Amino acid sequence: MKYKKFIYLKTALFIALITINTSCERDLSEDAVFATNSNTGEIFTDSPIGLGTDFYFPFLGSKLTAWTVDDNEGYESQSSMRFDVPNANDPEGNYAGAIFRVDGNGRDLTGYDALTFWAKASQGVVIGEIGFGQDFFDNKYQANVANVSFSTNWVKYIIPIPDPSKLIDERGLFWYSAGTQNTGGLGYVFWIDDLKFEKLGTLGSPRPSVFNGEESSYQTFIGTDGILDSSSTVTFNLVNGLNQTVIAAPSYFNWMSSETSSVYIDETGFYNAIATGEAVITATLAGVEAQGSLTTTVLGEFDFAPYPTQDAGNVISIFSDAYSNVPVDFYNGYWEPFQTTLSADFAINGDNILNYTNFNFVGNQFANPTIDASDMSYLHVDMFIPEFPSFFDFLITVVDFGADGVDGGGDDTRQQMFVTASDVEAGVWNSFELPLTLTNRSNIGLIIYENINFATLRNFYLDNIYFYKE
Amino acid sequence: MNKKINYKTIRSTFLYMSFILVVTLTISSCATDDNQTVTEFTELVWQDEFDIQGAPNPDNWGYNIGTGENGWGNSELQYYTDRSENVVIQNGILIISAIKEDYNGSSYTSARLLTKDKLEQKYGRFEARMRLPSGKGIWPAFWMLGANIDQVGWPNCGEIDIMENAGSEPTKVSGAVHGPGYSGGAAIFKKYDLQNDRFDSGFHIFGIEWGPEYINYYVDDVLYNQITPADVTGEWVFDNGPFYIIMNLAVGGVFDGSPNEDTVFPQTLLVDYVRVYKNNN
Repeated sequence: MKYKKFIYLKTALFIALITINTSCERDLSEDAVFATNSNTGEIFTDSPIGLGTDFYFPFLGSKLTAWTVDDNEGYESQSSMRFDVPNANDPEGNYAGAIFRVDGNGRDLTGYDALTFWAKASQGVVIGEIGFGQDFFDNKYQANVANVSFSTNWVKYIIPIPDPSKLIDERGLFWYSAGTQNTGGLGYVFWIDDLKFEKLGTLGSPRPSVFNGEESSYQTFIGTDGILDSSSTVTFNLVNGLNQTVIAAPSYFNWMSSETSSVYIDETGFYNAIATGEAVITATLAGVEAQGSLTTTVLGEFDFAPYPTQDAGNVISIFSDAYSNVPVDFYNGYWEPFQTTLSADFAINGDNILNYTNFNFVGNQFANPTIDASDMSYLHVDMFIPEFPSFFDFLITVVDFGADGVDGGGDDTRQQMFVTASDVEAGVWNSFELPLTLTNRSNIGLIIYENINFATLRNFYLDNIYFYKE
Repeated sequence: MNKKINYKTIRSTFLYMSFILVVTLTISSCATDDNQTVTEFTELVWQDEFDIQGAPNPDNWGYNIGTGENGWGNSELQYYTDRSENVVIQNGILIISAIKEDYNGSSYTSARLLTKDKLEQKYGRFEARMRLPSGKGIWPAFWMLGANIDQVGWPNCGEIDIMENAGSEPTKVSGAVHGPGYSGGAAIFKKYDLQNDRFDSGFHIFGIEWGPEYINYYVDDVLYNQITPADVTGEWVFDNGPFYIIMNLAVGGVFDGSPNEDTVFPQTLLVDYVRVYKNNN
């Protein structure tokens, strides 16, 4: 019943179009307009849109060739983006994942409220992560949905933007990560088409949550700073009545401390523990108060690990601020499915500390390249246990990856170093000097820490992990 | 007050300069050309603007309290109260709140207001400006019943649903009539789907214009349905006598099922005004 008449102006020599809108909204002053950034919403329709030449950046360890343009499949078209997720044993990479970053100026996405796309897969499958805002610089406005279910027919997906007003200059337009955890290690294909930022208008108001929406607490020391692990999310009600939760980077939120003289936190979520005391950290998103808070207790001055005294020339350092560290793949591999250990690493006055929480086991991997510790005689580790557990029995394992240089492959060797309750004290730094007895140690790539015999250690700090010779 | 809408069309100027055409568009209003006669009745005879803080004016509104029979005939889950927690006027807005709480054996409370014995009228224009709640199992409604319900019963009295919304469909409302032979699941209705917007994010006007042998349904400036005796599968009971108004916010029930774990409480139905006009044709 409602009819609308649009007047189209068509001309063959249509070079420039100037629109002057004289009502409805006041324009911002010229100072406020980011005139240089494109507000194009499209990322891929039948081909990549305005991404430039060099825009596809795969994740470390992923199969580099996973993404192609498929000219035989498309949502109501003849082409789409095709992602070939490799088998888990593919030597070129055991998963698919990458960012799409504009090769050039960022885009102004403030006029949109969601990233949308159509997708289908070669089989029903759950895709690990899909999002935007990851640029391999600060990933400041990273956002994604997790465990997205794709079916074998085209379905439209909506990823709401946590707060569009933040995206005035965004280069990270799209990213994905997909593995074979749910397909028994077997590869599959999925297609994405009509990938674009849209102004839907049909999203419910945002419901932000930080610290898992819980009233949680945390103890720290004077001088610690960094970005809190805030587990920040925003939930939106979609047009179909279902909720969609987006994992959102802390920078989308405005952060507040109830006691800025004790814990200062800037608007991006970067905190600094200044003085002994207690502060409640809360956040808002686009003016909406987030559910959840973190009561931070600053206990006092931190007791630093003893400063290493070995000559740098005699050291191969894995984790220390006293030496240059070798390239490390990770200090926590979050090994699925049995690892429970989380990381709450922190830095005090520039001294970085590894903090493992909810610990059962964890690994430090440095396999790219592995290290040659043939000349080295000892492994040094400093360990601080805030609260002594009911049962302590700890194992450190050094793994040499053998000639093939990879974890597994049949030629790995390992040395176990046992640390028992009588070797450690709570509330002080315990320094271990562990003799290396491993015969082959020219391809060491991994150190594993674990509770054994059902030990109950859950929370500890590590510092100054290095191999050395005397 | 006739909501006849006339938007200006687009003026344009062409400048032609040696093979280069520069076009300047001056858009002088928000929407494109648009003409629809939505309403015709202009004589306001009753209104509540909800301008006085606190409880609604008792001269205008009464309440249904409790759970009715079988959840007001619809397996609704809430207990209706007239407490300020469930119904209050603040800052010129009537706020009806559905709360998740244990109350007299029910798991939810809410409110249901009606003008029975206060404002009863045959024909006219009945409209409210509302912001709807949302979420699975949330069921706001702005509707009318025949004032002879106590004599002839339901559905013989007739029911005119000006606006009903299923909270799991945040962009849709429906308008319906119920009568003998076309009640409950057999009601005559039509849905209206809001484009690029949703009913819980802002205020919208929901109304009917009701005259002899017709009821017109509109949302904002869009007339989206007309129901006449030809549309109903039974006796037309809407020329018999006056009707009264009901506004309520139900939880659960046959319309949208029960709330689920994603449904957020409390939910609020906000009402800016209710206005009634006379059939002046």
